[in-house]
Amino acid sequence: MSLLRLNNVGKCFDNGTEALSGLSFDVADGEFVSLLGPSGCGKSTALRLIAGLIAPDSGTIEWHGARPPMSFVFQEPTLMPWADARANARLSLDLKNIARGEANARAERALTRMGLQDFAFAYPRELSGGMKMRVSIARALAAEPRLLLMDEPFAALDEPSRQALNDDLLRLAREDRITVIFVTHSVMEASYLSDRVLVMSPRPGRIKAEIALFTGPRDRLSSAFADSQKRVAQALLELA
Amino acid sequence: MRRAFNVLLPFALGFALLALWQWIVVARHIPPYVLPAPSAIAHALSGNFSSLMLSLLSTLTVTLEGFIAAWIAGVGLAIAFSQSRVIERTLYPYAVVLQVTPVVAIAPLILIWVGFEHINAALALIAALVAFFPILSNTTLGLKSADFNLVDLMRLYGASRWQILWRLRLPAALPHLLGAMKIAGGLSLIGAVVAEFVAGSGTATGLAWRIVEAGNRLEVATMFAALTLLAVLGIAIFAAFSLLEWAILHRWHESARLQQE
Repeated sequence: MSLLRLNNVGKCFDNGTEALSGLSFDVADGEFVSLLGPSGCGKSTALRLIAGLIAPDSGTIEWHGARPPMSFVFQEPTLMPWADARANARLSLDLKNIARGEANARAERALTRMGLQDFAFAYPRELSGGMKMRVSIARALAAEPRLLLMDEPFAALDEPSRQALNDDLLRLAREDRITVIFVTHSVMEASYLSDRVLVMSPRPGRIKAEIALFTGPRDRLSSAFADSQKRVAQALLELA
Repeated sequence: MRRAFNVLLPFALGFALLALWQWIVVARHIPPYVLPAPSAIAHALSGNFSSLMLSLLSTLTVTLEGFIAAWIAGVGLAIAFSQSRVIERTLYPYAVVLQVTPVVAIAPLILIWVGFEHINAALALIAALVAFFPILSNTTLGLKSADFNLVDLMRLYGASRWQILWRLRLPAALPHLLGAMKIAGGLSLIGAVVAEFVAGSGTATGLAWRIVEAGNRLEVATMFAALTLLAVLGIAIFAAFSLLEWAILHRWHESARLQQE
């Protein structure tokens, strides 16, 4: 079942740059889709359009039913430095004026799921880059989204942190049956995480290739993963 | 040990300079109406202690009233600026005009308009004019410095304008506001002193007026005594705001980490 569909979406910036042109794709409910492409191909713009933070200049974004609850994870953790991990994770609940006790419990549960049960009262400046990103994801999960939009969330992390976060993200998205649209420029990450990879062309961005991947259990050492990586890398090469 | 040494060092220097000052005045027979010795200043301070304390209280009251008025106007206007570009574009140039016009030049007008019968209100208003701009401009900058991705995230979660202001923009502006308060506290004192000078004798009773009055009588030691109290007041205001800044920011702000290292 389709969750959303972009039809010929175009977007120009105020300075006249054409960021996206004729962007069309759909995303199925529960699917993990990666948008892969070079810097400046409009990947982030596409996410912001889907989030409804900006409006398309042309084309439409169609939802199957009402717009689902959404969360956004940015490249930077973008935490509030004056709030501890629990208060950061609680953000969406506070904005909905949910009772403090219940909001704390839900935020703590989200932090625990991200392995941060011992850091609920730590301030962002006391946390490492990987842990800050975990708080950021806990904040997204606490909002109980049906659609999670992620904009190169792990690009700034070291490889072991990134792999651990990739595995946790996959597990949690499956457990909660969250649809994920994941922007990245890493072939490996896209191949490992995604059910489907959409390769985008440079500005103005549009979909140049669509690769359905092996959707079984993930294993970095498996030949299935090696094959996925090869196919995605091939598609990226053909773009150049 | 090293820390105690660092704290004691400036005091030791001050003591040495005072001793040198005392020695020069005594040894060279410098007359007290040119340069009184530290001992004479101490004597003037203790001799006029209660009246000087009343003057200190008067200047402190004017300074704090001016500061509070500047704080309310500055923060209030900065919030209005953060909510509306039209308001900001319309009013900001006038705030700049107010800032660049020397307060000594505006003070006589304010004294006439507010009237010498409300002298303390006039003095506080002049102090407020001096302290106002740093609070306005820093708070405006701080409110705008909120992470725009966080603004977007809050909008995605359905936050209202006021929720974004209260939960994001105001806390993000706090470091800027607290820094501005340290500056504005000192400026408010300067404004109060300037206002007392302009108002002249017979109306105001603050420390600056005591300096003018003692100067007219060539009581230079009393001038120094009042000046010393003004300096102490300025230091106390700065220290109080520094402490407030530390108390609010030290748990989360990056500047606190720099101080620890």
